Amino acid sequence: MEIPKSFLGYKRENKRVGTRNHVVILPVDDISNACAEAVANNIKGTFAIPHAYGRLQFGADLELFFDTMIGTGKNPNVAACVVIGIEPKWTKKIVDAIATTGKPVEGFSIEGAGDIETIMKASRKAQEFSQWASEKQREECPLSDLWISVKCGESDTTSGMAANPAVGNLMDKLEPLGVHLCFGETSELTGAEKVCATRGATPEASEKFMKTWSDYNDFILKEATNDLSESQPTAGNIAGGLTTIEEKAFGNFQKIGSRKFIDVLTPAEDPKNGPGLYFMDTSSAAGECLTLQAAAGFNIHLFPTGQGNIIGNAIEPVVKLTGNPSTAVNMKEHIDLDVSKILKREMNMDQAGDELIKTTIRAASGRLTCAEVLGHKEFIMTKLFRSA
Amino acid sequence: MANTDIIIHDEKDNVGVVVIEKITPNQDCNCWVMENDSSVQIQSKNEIPLGHKIAMIDFNEGDTIIKYGHDIGKVVKSIKKGEHVHVHNVKTKKW
Repeated sequence: MEIPKSFLGYKRENKRVGTRNHVVILPVDDISNACAEAVANNIKGTFAIPHAYGRLQFGADLELFFDTMIGTGKNPNVAACVVIGIEPKWTKKIVDAIATTGKPVEGFSIEGAGDIETIMKASRKAQEFSQWASEKQREECPLSDLWISVKCGESDTTSGMAANPAVGNLMDKLEPLGVHLCFGETSELTGAEKVCATRGATPEASEKFMKTWSDYNDFILKEATNDLSESQPTAGNIAGGLTTIEEKAFGNFQKIGSRKFIDVLTPAEDPKNGPGLYFMDTSSAAGECLTLQAAAGFNIHLFPTGQGNIIGNAIEPVVKLTGNPSTAVNMKEHIDLDVSKILKREMNMDQAGDELIKTTIRAASGRLTCAEVLGHKEFIMTKLFRSA
Repeated sequence: MANTDIIIHDEKDNVGVVVIEKITPNQDCNCWVMENDSSVQIQSKNEIPLGHKIAMIDFNEGDTIIKYGHDIGKVVKSIKKGEHVHVHNVKTKKW
């Protein structure tokens, strides 16, 4: 197949391109969720992203909180953003950082005003943003404006045979075109970590990966109070035939095809070395991983599943594919692309990769994904440790 | 081409994965080795569902299971060729 050269995206003020045109009402903290949701309820064409944190965090955990909030607002899938927090200082910090992209953003703090007055003022601004964003048009953009993140979930052995290598095939075809790519799931590479380290494009990248993996593994072993094979692989993985974390890891690893990663990112860190494949240090919990990848600026996500994970994301469209013929039928409404014909040898990997490229471009150009249509807007903060 | 019942990723692998709804005991199964596009046959000893693994050789306790050409765990209870390979007879070497 000749790979299409372009997709239809929203060109942003900072030259990045969005696959979506969201107007987001972003609460800074847990107690501002009610206000943000009231504004989103008042003003059509907007939505709130409620979450559970943002109070009394400190140190590295607070830094990651800010990186996640700011990165979410800066993501090119967000056209404009209203930020609402209890206190003015943290609210302003987030607003100022999002404003560096040049996109419309305004902050409101509730302390001293109360919910009702804040809802009124923020609703007026949200109305202005919503109407402004509604006039934005999609334009033809080169594929190099795609920033594709990947993560698999509810994996089974079909993931390693079909859906994951189909993603790998897409990576092999799109990386040479200047696409940014990102995989994560530090703990789920356990068992394949040494093989994964050999995929560093430079000795520095390999070393950085091994250090990142070892730190995460040490943390898991330190906190473990029970047999880890109870939680990794998960009950769903085991039902699907996956026996050990090593087997899961080698299946997982098929997602990067024959690519090499050029750098290792900290959670939510934006890539700075240009196009190519990046590894990000993330949890293997889907909600947390996708939230971090979206905060790093990735604008479309590919999610291979075996037994049928149903995850979506607040700002990144999530394209789901499966190689499991039962899941493709029983959970049809969640599956954007069925590659189970690979198991019957009725489809080869090259064809599966081509189909996935077509599905990805359609979703990037505006076709709603299954997760979007079903209302999945997961936004899950990675918490490094307890708040003060 | 005969229907594929079992897929083997790498020619070094000593297990295969069932890719039909299930295989029944004493079923003669067609296996496709993806890496070199060759075919082998095996007779099953147990019922094995879609996505689960079958032993391509006899294993003793302590032996290593190879899939994707790599070590994916150790045998904790001996397994006969054609039997179901899973959490009841294989454990991780990691944790």
